[in-house]
Amino acid sequence: MSVGDYIRDSQIWKSIFRHPAPYDRRNRVVVMLTNFFLHLHPVSIKQQGIALSYTWCMGGITFFLFLVETITGVLLMFYYRPTLEWAFNDILALRDVTTLGIMREIHRWGAHAMVITVWLHMYRVFLTGSYKPPREFNWVVGVILLKLTLLLSFTGYLLPWDQLAIWAITVGSNMARATPVLGHEGPGFQFLNLGGYDLITNASDARFLLLGSRFVGEETLNRFYILHCVAIPLAVSGLIAIHFWRVRKDGGISQPL
Amino acid sequence: MNALSLMTSCLTLGSTDPHPNVTPSVLYGLGWLYLILFAMNSVWTWRSFHRGRHFRLPKFMGGMEMPNAVVWAMYSMALLLVSVTHLTCASVPEALRWFVMPDGAKAAIDFAVADARRYFAVTTFGFIGMLLLRNWLAKPSVGWVLLNLSLLFLCVSLTDWDFRQIVGKPDNVPIVAMLFIVGFFTWLFFYRANENDRRAALGKGPIEAENNEKVLTWPDLVYTEMICMIAVTALLILWGIALQAPLEEPASAVKTPNPSKAPWYFLGLQEMLVYYDPWLAGVVFPSVILGGMMAIPYIDFNKLGNGYYTFNERKFAITTFMFGFLPLWVGMIILGTFLRGPNWNVFGIYEFWDVHKLEALNNVNLSEYFWYGLGQPLPMAPAGSDFWTQAPYILLREFVGFVAIGVYLGVLPMVMAMTVFKKFFLRMGFLRFMVFSNLVLMMAALPLKMVLRWAVNLKYFVAIPEWFFNV
Repeated sequence: MSVGDYIRDSQIWKSIFRHPAPYDRRNRVVVMLTNFFLHLHPVSIKQQGIALSYTWCMGGITFFLFLVETITGVLLMFYYRPTLEWAFNDILALRDVTTLGIMREIHRWGAHAMVITVWLHMYRVFLTGSYKPPREFNWVVGVILLKLTLLLSFTGYLLPWDQLAIWAITVGSNMARATPVLGHEGPGFQFLNLGGYDLITNASDARFLLLGSRFVGEETLNRFYILHCVAIPLAVSGLIAIHFWRVRKDGGISQPL
Repeated sequence: MNALSLMTSCLTLGSTDPHPNVTPSVLYGLGWLYLILFAMNSVWTWRSFHRGRHFRLPKFMGGMEMPNAVVWAMYSMALLLVSVTHLTCASVPEALRWFVMPDGAKAAIDFAVADARRYFAVTTFGFIGMLLLRNWLAKPSVGWVLLNLSLLFLCVSLTDWDFRQIVGKPDNVPIVAMLFIVGFFTWLFFYRANENDRRAALGKGPIEAENNEKVLTWPDLVYTEMICMIAVTALLILWGIALQAPLEEPASAVKTPNPSKAPWYFLGLQEMLVYYDPWLAGVVFPSVILGGMMAIPYIDFNKLGNGYYTFNERKFAITTFMFGFLPLWVGMIILGTFLRGPNWNVFGIYEFWDVHKLEALNNVNLSEYFWYGLGQPLPMAPAGSDFWTQAPYILLREFVGFVAIGVYLGVLPMVMAMTVFKKFFLRMGFLRFMVFSNLVLMMAALPLKMVLRWAVNLKYFVAIPEWFFNV
């Protein structure tokens, strides 16, 4: 009896994997039905639907990159402190002295890659007409996920607290003060006033809501940190679950009808 | 200063030039790039050899039949020689003066791109050309030649200091990669779509519908996924080792960088700011883009092309979407990243980012064109009057602009419904058609304003700075 067989025959192994290894047809079916991670997939699937030159694998890579970002992000959170005093210095230390500081590189390049792969996924879904009935609603979910991916990247851009970070966020968030009605330099903000006093000022408008301040400062850093590490990832996780669920429910992987 | 004297000065005199075009390390790096090109083309030569295609030499060269592979083999050998020359002679740049971008070519390329209107014309005509020549471009050998040309272009351009400054910035590297990736997948789309379109012409179904038995997910899909995950992980680790994530000086609220740029994926939106005010370019248009994308499945009534690649069955949908994605989205990101420099001026890819470059901006509002054209002053309320006294004057001043917008978004859709989009209108119904036509017209609003800005220096259709309402 080999060591491998000994391990696979043990009670511990069998309690984790509830069936023999997927070497024969029956167990290849069973593995898809009983494994939590694999049960996202159907047991069998159309051959042309999984051809790489058809799917480009971009949706899957985007999801995988989301996982990479989550894991490297959690590791970075152990180290990084989102305060004016420490933010920049912690990143500097990650670059220069910290063991496994490369997590920051992987996190940043993974984020860029995720933006690109999510676009390409959308591109492929459009070009194969896979948004057409019955998949209309899943396309809508996908557009929201694309927007959230960009927001994830945008909120993370601020955290290193260097010149690149605050000025990119300043340029990006300056738009918000021109929001119609809700921005203090937007058309129609005069309509929201009480007895001649403007309700929308630079300390109460859409930009203030985003930044937590009248300019990009410590409140912004805190706000973007929470958005980046908690709020948006939670929303994305929920929507990804719906997105995958609907792929299965709306006719499976896209194929000629 | 010509390239040769520049090279000699920076190498023999010990880097006196602060912006050297070629340095030994650049040439050494290029040696590796050429080596990769050689390896790629060796594989292609092998493929060509096994396919066994031939061509005939012209009469004066003997008129013999030659295998295509001979040409590729010669090209690959040339690349190998270029590579070895770079790797061994990196410290003697005079020996490599043939492998730099000639100054004349630099000037010509800069002329074509260092101006927003010419850049937009180049990308738009390039896009139209791509659609017209799609059958020829989607041939594997043509695609391969294009890939080689673009990589060679990159290689010889990297001998330019200014080019390296914009392309080599760590955050810009993914954008360069994205160009090649988007190009490849666009090519792949046409390759597969053309095949299906040819089959459709013969009355056959799409290739996706053939040999389409069900296979077990384990192993056929899970193994592909596993390999993908390993490849992506390896790529990220290598990328992380090779290239450090950017970290500039600590944040300072008083030192504004010039230019100040949004993150690269928003540079298309930032580019719109040149033509529209923030409330439109930064708030309304992004919302319309998102809403419009969500509306696509409810607007597109064409039932063909569901789940397979085709161009002919969905010409309008694919052309519109690709125009939005390629020249307008990716194209504007390129413009914003590589060409926009200090003071948001447009620079060539080989041009130094001179802070003092001046561009005259004398833009005129539509209302000024109208009232001055009539020989009258702009209607103006008496000084110090309140909001309700001012309002009618302002509305009168700007009424031409309001009429123009009303015609554009209200009347034009009706005209479209009765003429070019008659079939669409009948299939869609009133409400859906109005949504569709307004989305298309808003998408066209950016190129329209660009053209009007360049043609007649138009600043705003409606200019009411008093209310922050400029269109």
